[in-house]
Amino acid sequence: MNRLKNLEGGNRVVITVIGPDRVGIIAAVTAILAEQSVNILDISQTIMQEFFVMVLVADMAGAKVDLVTLKDLLAQKGEDLKLRIDTQHEDIFNFMHRI
Amino acid sequence: MLTIEEILETIKMVQEENLDIRTITMGISLRDCSDADHRAACRKIYDKITRLAGPLVRAGEEISREYGLPIVNKRISVTPIALVAEASSAADYCCYAETLDRAAEAVGVNFIGGFSALVHKGFTGGDRKLIESIPRALSETERVCASINVATSRAGINMDAILLTSAVIKKTAELTASRDSIGCAKLVVFANVPEDNPFMAGAFHGIGEPDCVINTGVSGPGVVRSAIIRVGDADLGELSETIKKMAFKITRMGELVGRAAAKKLGVPFGIVDVSLAPTPAVGDSVAEILQEMGLERCGAPGSTAALALLNDAVKKGGAMASSYVGGLSGAFIPVSEDAGMIAAVDDGALTIEKLEAMTAVCSVGLDMIAIPGDTPVETIAAIIADEAAIGVFNHKTTAVRLIPAAGKKVGDRVEFGGLLGRAPVMAVSRFSAAAFVNRGGRIPAPIHSLRN
Repeated sequence: MNRLKNLEGGNRVVITVIGPDRVGIIAAVTAILAEQSVNILDISQTIMQEFFVMVLVADMAGAKVDLVTLKDLLAQKGEDLKLRIDTQHEDIFNFMHRI
Repeated sequence: MLTIEEILETIKMVQEENLDIRTITMGISLRDCSDADHRAACRKIYDKITRLAGPLVRAGEEISREYGLPIVNKRISVTPIALVAEASSAADYCCYAETLDRAAEAVGVNFIGGFSALVHKGFTGGDRKLIESIPRALSETERVCASINVATSRAGINMDAILLTSAVIKKTAELTASRDSIGCAKLVVFANVPEDNPFMAGAFHGIGEPDCVINTGVSGPGVVRSAIIRVGDADLGELSETIKKMAFKITRMGELVGRAAAKKLGVPFGIVDVSLAPTPAVGDSVAEILQEMGLERCGAPGSTAALALLNDAVKKGGAMASSYVGGLSGAFIPVSEDAGMIAAVDDGALTIEKLEAMTAVCSVGLDMIAIPGDTPVETIAAIIADEAAIGVFNHKTTAVRLIPAAGKKVGDRVEFGGLLGRAPVMAVSRFSAAAFVNRGGRIPAPIHSLRN
């Protein structure tokens, strides 16, 4: 089920949330992650110009769903909240910024 | 641990600056598909392509979603068909092109390259049949791309092949006249052709390649342009450094995606082609990079120097990012596929002669240039010979993809749509080189080909 396990570099994903600030963004995102047994390793957030930006690193080792399904769930929630939520395998960032 | 700035930089490159993987190209050897009976050969070709490339499109889409990185094209390159078809007694090779087209459609790719012949030193019977089949093959198929290598630094320049090819280009233009001569957009004439190029229309699967391989081509003119804007009025050394770093990051994406695709498909990973490939989309232009470097318009004096800096920095950054860099690897300057190039031609800043000079310092060559439909075959041949000379005498790849747009004059436009874009018809010199090219024969290889 967990397709990430077949990929190099482990099971970690990076979730980015970008959009206008409002009440309950973190709660909405983390609720989905908890439901799907995705373990949060790190959360950082900042305000860039007027936008709320949150970056969340999570471990999918024990997750009930695969990356693509989680990505769809979060993107759907993003649409409801009028935010952009992306879920990507961690390797893309490691490969680009680390040798 | 990654910083939030690094993560956001990557996201911005994809979402705002058009960073994408331009192509995942599966190279497939068809050498085991030869047969004296061309129907049997075509059956074997169809079966092999659909078997190996069947999962290609799906694998590409899965990787794209997992990494959140667009993969624009999934494509196939095959062994030059002249080599595969030669054993058969088919009168022409259009049946092979039709088979490739059907196989490409069945697996869902938009282009399949390799309707090709390598004739830099001379023709075999199969080479000649293939080249003569090109006009019909390209007018009757949608996805098949053809290429002909007419020169190498080791063999010299085969003028007989250039003449035959030029006539084929004209005929292809005429047969596809109702669609602005689009057939010519799928036909590339090379000098020093690379055997592992993943980019269309010039891709084929070289004879030294394994049975099946995955090559990737990255893109990212928009990313480089934004980086140049950010450094402001930095000097040229710093500019080069900035481009190098960006090229490194772009190439790493190509390497990651290529390796992931190869693993998913169970085939070896070949190379990353480190190229800046523009698209007609606004902000995804190589011409705009040159303009951001300080040229009023692409094609102005200084364009060759600016392009040389850009091309070299891209290669240096790319070479550090991947152990297996190959293909064309450089900046592309196709006219119809680059909004900035089109604007420069419209403004009178960019001519075919300036483009020729620019090809001396970048990859590919005179690419996707529409010229008047009544341009004589000998003039087309002479343009190809000039471009081949730049490649052969400088030990680099050059290519020509001219569209002598049937029935069109200077100032008219051709419209291909999609990634092939649109182009204003450009003027060519009215002076003739007919007596020179009609001498035929082969221009000998340069002295520096004697390296052993």
